[in-house]
Amino acid sequence: MVKYISKRLLYMVLSLFLIITATFFLMRIAPGNPFTSEKKLPPEIEASLNAHYGLNKPWYAQYGDYLVRIAQWDFGPSFKYESRTVNDLINDGFPVSLALGAEAILFAVAIGILLGVIAALRHNKWQDYTAMIIAVFGISVPSFIMATFLQYIFAIKLGLLPVARWDNFSNTILPALALGATPMAFIARLTRSSMLEVLSNDYIKTAKAKGLSRGAMIMKHTIRNALMPVVSYMGPLSAGIITGSFVIEKIFGIPGLGSHFVLSISNRDYTVIMGVTVFYSILLLVSILLVDIAYGLIDPRIKLAGGKKGE
Amino acid sequence: MEQIAKEKFQVVGAKASDAEKISKPSLSFWKDVRIRFRKNKLAMFGIIILILLIIMAIFGPYMTKFDYATNDLMNTNKEPSGTHWFGTDDLGRDMFARTWQGARISLLIGVMAALIDFVIGVTWGGIAGFKGGRVDEFMMRIADILYGVPYLLLVILFMVVLGANLTTMILAMTITGWINMARIVRGEVLSLKNQEYVLAAKTLGASVTRIMARHLIPNAMGSILVTMTLTIPNAIFTEAFLSFLGLGLTPPLASWGTMANDGLAAIQYYPWRLFFPAVLIALTIFAFNVIGDGLRDALDPRLRNKE
Amino acid sequence: MEKILEVKDLKVSFHVYGGEVQAVRGVSFDLFKGETLAIVGESGSGKSVLNQTIMKLIPMPPGKITGGQILFHGEDIVHKSDKEMEKIRGKDISMIFQDPMTSLNPTMKVGHQIMEVLHKHQNMKSSQAKERAIELLRLVGIPMPEKRVNQYPHEFSGGMRQRAMIAIALAANPSLLIADEPTTALDVTIQAQILELMKDLQKKMDTSIIFITHDLGVVANVADRVAVMYAGQIVEIGTVDEIFYDPRHPYTWGLLASMPSLDSDHKAELAAIPGTPPDLTNPPKGDAFAPRNQYALAIDFEQEPPMFQVSETHFAKTWLLHPDAPKVEPPEAVKLKMRKLSSTFEKPILVKEGK
Repeated sequence: MVKYISKRLLYMVLSLFLIITATFFLMRIAPGNPFTSEKKLPPEIEASLNAHYGLNKPWYAQYGDYLVRIAQWDFGPSFKYESRTVNDLINDGFPVSLALGAEAILFAVAIGILLGVIAALRHNKWQDYTAMIIAVFGISVPSFIMATFLQYIFAIKLGLLPVARWDNFSNTILPALALGATPMAFIARLTRSSMLEVLSNDYIKTAKAKGLSRGAMIMKHTIRNALMPVVSYMGPLSAGIITGSFVIEKIFGIPGLGSHFVLSISNRDYTVIMGVTVFYSILLLVSILLVDIAYGLIDPRIKLAGGKKGE
Repeated sequence: MEQIAKEKFQVVGAKASDAEKISKPSLSFWKDVRIRFRKNKLAMFGIIILILLIIMAIFGPYMTKFDYATNDLMNTNKEPSGTHWFGTDDLGRDMFARTWQGARISLLIGVMAALIDFVIGVTWGGIAGFKGGRVDEFMMRIADILYGVPYLLLVILFMVVLGANLTTMILAMTITGWINMARIVRGEVLSLKNQEYVLAAKTLGASVTRIMARHLIPNAMGSILVTMTLTIPNAIFTEAFLSFLGLGLTPPLASWGTMANDGLAAIQYYPWRLFFPAVLIALTIFAFNVIGDGLRDALDPRLRNKE
Repeated sequence: MEKILEVKDLKVSFHVYGGEVQAVRGVSFDLFKGETLAIVGESGSGKSVLNQTIMKLIPMPPGKITGGQILFHGEDIVHKSDKEMEKIRGKDISMIFQDPMTSLNPTMKVGHQIMEVLHKHQNMKSSQAKERAIELLRLVGIPMPEKRVNQYPHEFSGGMRQRAMIAIALAANPSLLIADEPTTALDVTIQAQILELMKDLQKKMDTSIIFITHDLGVVANVADRVAVMYAGQIVEIGTVDEIFYDPRHPYTWGLLASMPSLDSDHKAELAAIPGTPPDLTNPPKGDAFAPRNQYALAIDFEQEPPMFQVSETHFAKTWLLHPDAPKVEPPEAVKLKMRKLSSTFEKPILVKEGK
């Protein structure tokens, strides 16, 4: 267990190092970047950049400084706005994004599993077909189109829910639906196929032969085993939710980290892009690691000590 | 007891001809796959949609007298009508011409991304799987570490730095996109390379390239094909996503992503400007997904109910 | 002797694309307390379907009981609902399956899988159930049961798992145990151990066993009586001695002749039965075995043979026992073992008109 986690941590740090290095050097070669000498910056920003990156130092010193700062959880200042740091943006926007993301994940997991289980238990009946049509629909329609249509229909045309902003729960419904729709569809398909596979197993017959009721058999022997693949999907799911939040937050005018990120992209606010990318990467890598550890704890067949092959 | 004629009780023996009859003609693997695929209605529906899309991408722009890039400021934001079948956009450009021009770009991006993933992934995964041992360990570790890099974030970063055009977009998508393919090919090659017929080819002195090209890749082709089919919708989605973040192609070039992004802004007043590109994006992703699923089921009947 | 189970003219069909597969076509037999009945047949003979029907484990639909009765302790279970069956399954009738590698839930501790039965059927509390589970594991010969009870199936070897399966099956002291090829997936040495264990436990618990197998060698070891199934019907049934030393049905001859024996100083060749079992979507007219039967009579291709009784316990379904039938010589390997059994009737008696 300890060996497995330390091995995974090592890879995680390597991936992270790769990302930080790539972002740092990519930003240096970007046109109009803050690291070139012929910049025309407001003096306050130049001072803050200087303090942070040491722009008058050689590049390797800047790079070293940057790594040290990241290790100290300091993502640097903004290149466009004075007196604003990436840490400010994260502290300000991330809680909002987290709330939205959590709601979307909850929706995706709950409805996805429900649909998948129903589809599998009613295999080749109308419930199955309905659930799978919903799933194919969810996978085929990109989230930003889903978001726009939801907004158009429920907020603009029907006026049932608020169009935008982020004040109370009713504001969160449409964005969470739009954000969770695609992962929900994936989870539904995953759950269905894995339920069907589990149901065809011999040990289900054993459970039946023991005299367990259908309900007990499904709860104790089927769902638990069928949800293992869903657990391992949680890693990609968090990645999908994070990137999805960029567009969803923009469409619904939600003041989350995603909106800040999108704004920094259109402003070409390089240091913010760099900082937020690194932050998101850390977030993702940690959540994938947590998911893998959780998976190892749930599934007794996987011995974490040995490490999974090819995963 | 009813009386039975005596002569009925004569030993006549087995009638072997009846007992052993092979009722089914034998089928080659790919023929079998084709038959199973054709039975899958949803996948066939996907194929039809795809064929229609390709036909329209080729001929669509010539079917109307309007050019996709010509502004007509007298006729901006026109509703779909007899003249402008899909309406016009905010610069008066014909949406029909733009939509099918966009289909070319979107499909091109998808196919190119899949092809590049294929070339890099098959080479990388093939070598790793075939060489095995240290080489494999080393190559797959690199892939593992790259795999940890969040795909869309990296793509965004590349687009920001390199500027938005067709080449950088495809490049950005394939920077880590090939890893999935490499893993799958490696897995297939690992399991195939120790099978008797490959060992036989080896003993006969066939070269590595020949074994790869003649024996391993063709047998791994099923999984490769499925992966490629599922890469295309992903790339089309990524293009639309990037366009939405303002990192798409620059006008007057049209892709479905940029058109949808333009349309989003005007959805309250001119919904058709979003409708056509959005529906086509969804339809294309749908078609490739069901084709990919159908292929997977057809290739491996045991997986019929998977996903 | 007390009759535990009485199956009367049972018919089971499956509706599949392109027709109805008649998997079981009119099977009748009895089972007494403490007795072991072996059901022997090729794959596809309907032996597994028959036994899963007794527990009503076949999926319905597509499966359907189209006729007959299954009297368990005198009560017909054919019309029992799923809810009512739940009280019987695992408690009065339990089952062991072929492949111990897949018949245990991989994500549940072995102990829990045993305790489930105790919770369900004996209303035991957890601590009590756990003690009983340990006891059961010890009973089936698993060393260090206190430790094993908390382990997962993947930590058990194949033989161990089958022992655990037996523990699950016997947890609620069932009066009938159905073992569906319980040793087929095991190594030969382990096979013998498992068979030994089953015989031993049967003596202790006085359980009746239906033992499904395609291996006649196993049958001689464990069974009191043997039923030979072909194409969804029992073609011959009798005591072990009757089936091995005085077989009457040409299919039984074929099975015996294809069985290798160690004590063969004689050079009898192993004879395979040619051909494959018939397609049960369209069962052939007459005797289903006729097309593969080198002793087939003309009537076999026209009319299904009736059941003839050869002794108090021995029945065979073949026209060869008809008074008008010619005397035929069984294969060499079978003839060598033939013995005159004292209980045999002077003449076969017709008991059931063929259809």
